[in-house]
Formats: sequence, C-alpha cells, structure tokens
Amino acid sequence: MSAVTATKSASSERRVQLRWFEPQCLGAVWVRELALFKRYWASTTFSSVVEPTIYLLAFGFGFGSLVAVIQGYPYIEFLGTGLVATAVLFTSAFSGMFTTFIRRVYQHTYAAVLATPVDVHEVVTAEATWHATKAAVYGCAPLVVSMAFGLDPSWGMLLVPFIGFLTGLGFALFGIWTSAVVPSIDSFNYIISAVITPLFLVAGTFFPIEDLPTWAQVAAQFNPLYHCVELVRDAVFGLEPLRDLYHVGALALFAAGMWWLAVRWMRKRLID
Amino acid sequence: MADNREPAVRLRDVVKRYGPITAVDGLTLDVPAGSCLGLLGPNGAGKSTTMRMLTAQTHADSGEIYVLGYRIPAESKHARALMGVVPQQDNVDIELTARQNLSVFAHLYRVPAPRRQESVDRALRMAQLVDRADTKAEKLSGGMRRRLLIARGLVHDPRLVLLDEPTVGLDPQVRQELWALIDALRSEGVTVLMSTHYIEEAERLADDVAIMSHGRIVAHGTPRALLDAYAGKEAIEYYGPPDRLVEVESIAAAAGLPTRRTGPAVSVLRVEEMADSVSDRLGPGARRPSNLEDVFVVLTGETVE
Repeated sequence: MSAVTATKSASSERRVQLRWFEPQCLGAVWVRELALFKRYWASTTFSSVVEPTIYLLAFGFGFGSLVAVIQGYPYIEFLGTGLVATAVLFTSAFSGMFTTFIRRVYQHTYAAVLATPVDVHEVVTAEATWHATKAAVYGCAPLVVSMAFGLDPSWGMLLVPFIGFLTGLGFALFGIWTSAVVPSIDSFNYIISAVITPLFLVAGTFFPIEDLPTWAQVAAQFNPLYHCVELVRDAVFGLEPLRDLYHVGALALFAAGMWWLAVRWMRKRLID
Repeated sequence: MADNREPAVRLRDVVKRYGPITAVDGLTLDVPAGSCLGLLGPNGAGKSTTMRMLTAQTHADSGEIYVLGYRIPAESKHARALMGVVPQQDNVDIELTARQNLSVFAHLYRVPAPRRQESVDRALRMAQLVDRADTKAEKLSGGMRRRLLIARGLVHDPRLVLLDEPTVGLDPQVRQELWALIDALRSEGVTVLMSTHYIEEAERLADDVAIMSHGRIVAHGTPRALLDAYAGKEAIEYYGPPDRLVEVESIAAAAGLPTRRTGPAVSVLRVEEMADSVSDRLGPGARRPSNLEDVFVVLTGETVE
C-alpha cells in the first residue's frame, strides 16, 4: 500500500515542470527581505528623508539665492525633483553592492539558496527587484520633502515610483555585478569614487546639462541617472511623450544590460 | 517499488579539475534508494566537491551524474526540489530567527502555502528548537545552529538528503543528538548520502561505506564486508620503541598480515588468522576488534581522527 503511494507520488513528481524562471523564487527571496526590513526600516527611512532635506536647505537656500530660476522652475523645485534620482541611485546601487557582497562572501547565503530549486538568474532577479522596490519607495522621499518646501503636487508624480523602480533595477543590478567583480569589499571605494560620484554629479540634478559643453551633453546620454532625472522632471512638470519614451528606453536598455552582466558574473563566482 | 531499482544517486567516471589539481578523479558510485551511504575520506579527498556536483554548484569536467533519475546539471533544478542539502559550512541566516530561516527555505523549496506552516513547525520539532523558534540564529548555540541547518534541509520532506560533514567541530554530546536525528531519517526511508571523516559516524549510521582517497573510491561495501576484506575480525596493538615497532611490522609482513601505525603503536590486523609461532615471536600485545579506521588507514595510508 505504502509502496504504491510512494511510486505514485514519485511519478507525479517527475511530471512537475520547473520552468526556466519561476516567479515563486521572487516570493521566497522577498519573504526573507521583508523579515530583515522590519528591523532596519526606521534607520533607512530616517536617512532617506533627512538627506534630501539637508540638500534642499544647503543647496536650495545657499545656491538658490544666486540662481532663482532654472529652466523656468524655482531652483528648489529643480533640485528637489533631481534629488529623486540621487535617492534612487544610492538606495539601489549601495544595496546591490554591499548586501550582495556580504551575503556571498561572508554569509554564504547564495551557496545555501542555490542548493534549493533556485538558479543564479532567479536569485539575482529577485534581489534586484527588491532593491528596486525600495528605491521606488524611497525615491519619493525628496518629492515629499520638496512639497514641504513649496512644490505643488501634480498627477504626474504618481509615475515617479515607476521611474524609480526602473532606474533602481538597473543600478541594483549594476551593484550586484560590481559585487561579483571586486576582489574585496574595500574595492568598492574605486567604484564609488570613479563611477557613482561622477554619475550623480553630472546627471542634471544640481545644474542643467544644457549649460555644459557639447561633449558633456553627449556623455550625459550614456548616464542612466540623467534619463531618470529628466523623466522625473517631466512627470512632475509635464510629460513630453516622445522624449520620455526615449528616456524610458535608455533606462530599460541599461537594466537589461546590467542584468546580463550581473547574472553572468554571479554565476562565475557561485558555480565552478 | 519500481522507483527503488534506480539508485538515488548515480555517478559514472566523474572528473573535476581545478587547474593542475584533480579534485575528483574518475569517481563511480551508486547510492541505492532508501539507504545511507557514508562517504569516508580524509580532508582533500574530494568529498565536498562530490557533494557540490550533486547540486550542480560545481560542474564536472566529464562523466555522468544522475540524481533521483534527473541528469545533472541539465535537470538539476528538478533534483534540487526533491533533495535536502546540509552544507559543511554553517550558512544559516544569522539575522533571521530559527522560524524565519525555516520559513524562507519552505518558500525556496516550494512547499505549497497550505502546508508551509505545518512543515516549519515539524522542522522546528525535529531540530528541538520549538522553544527557541523566535530566537535570532546568531543567538543560538553551535549545536542548535547545526540542528537548525539540518532541519532547514529537511523542511520540504526530501527524498534524498546530502549531509556534508554534519558533525564536524561539534562536541560529542551534540554529535550524538545529530546521529539520532540522521538515524530517524534513515528509518523513514529517506536516502542519505553523508560525507564524513569521523570513522565512528560512518560505522554507526551508514548501511554502506565508500572510502574515498585522492578523488576516487578505493573501497565500497557494508562496514562488515570492508572489515572482512581489508582488516579481518581482530587486531593486536603492540607498543614499544621505534625499532621494536619496525620489528613487529617486519614479522607481520613476513607472515602476510597487514599492519598499520596507531600513534605510538603498531596494530597487526587479521590476527584471527595468525599462526601461534608468529604470535610467540611478536610477544604480548593488546587485542581488540578491528574497525573501519583500520580499513581506512590500510587503504589510504592516511591517518584520521
């Protein structure tokens, strides 16, 4: 009797088709992230609100007294919308870099996960979408703070979390990729100084790209953060469909490229 | 029963090289369904590499691997869904509680939602961690963490369990507890493949023992059969200064009896076949039953714990 049942269940198990990408693995990784997030949400929320406040106070009032209006907007509103991209970048890229590195090298979390029916591309996707979701939520913080500084609410602002998600996805994957490339956790200093800092300074957050020399304007087209900044401003102040589609395309291309690199390098590190 | 004819694990001529080092060198091994196989070998024999290959976390350079009928690595996701892995390295999530650790793995192993809670509770009972279910893993003692690590690999009722050095570094009492847990698994009909370098662990738990050395299996059989083939029933240990030990070895060799060094002594094996004349020449010694360690040392020439 029991032997019959055993054979039956064995043969039904054989029929189970596990697909190349199983959405359930996202759920599994997210359960874990949510449990951890319940512990650290307060500190993350604090810094994500206080940081743009300080930027707006320092740059908005300090710098804003020199330049009252940029591209037809009060400087503080120009800056507040631009800071969305900064918040998205920092939330997603740093999570991707440090969390992934610590889990792979010190905690051996991925070695444990890969012994279950989850593959590298699934765990990379699951973690990146989690970081991107956090980036989408915390990317809104500068907007909320800007509203306290006088930015008028608009319906287009509802698009900002989606822009934050798409941008955050690309940068989280960028972080995951670099975490698999760097030999040690200190090496992130090179990435932060040589890549992250220029990206966030020359994205049109603090000053418009249009005032820069032509070569810098061309270079900005290759800065994903620039596309995020432009999209957020258009969402808040008024969409320009064709141009915004171009920005969305650029961000999607960035995310896709980074996904490919992140998966490839993580596989190289985790499977031998 | 059709299922039982096919071995749970099947390795054929498996080779894995890391640069100039050949970690696994033509390994061929079957683990029959429902049995417990102890993979015994010194550090560096290739046990962990073999274990990693079964979950496709290491890809073999050549050879064939089947786990529960699935070809590895091509179909490894299916195999991984049906097997539980207890790694040598403690990688429980220290930031999560015991219950959260198990719950995450119940998700990863796709335990259906209605059964998930029950599976986690059962695993907590198995690991005797019901009282500590909501304690963060970093606050658990070493033994508790190891039990959690084992329970994590069992949360989905696997048909095959891989245990990589399950009790390494644990004190004897905790080791005993884990042995009871593994023994319970075996009695439930779960196939167990356990790598170890503790002879006693293999002797107590394994139906079959495979001795691994330099990336290959050098002997495979029941502990009894291995003793019969390589060490006989009884051994006598002779103590003395180095030249005395050398003398004992040469007398035994002349009589065709295997010997091995045991710390400051020489053990002569298979003494039940020893002629009285040889016994007289060897003089007094300490008689004891032969054990797997004797087999191991004779075969691999390496010392073990």
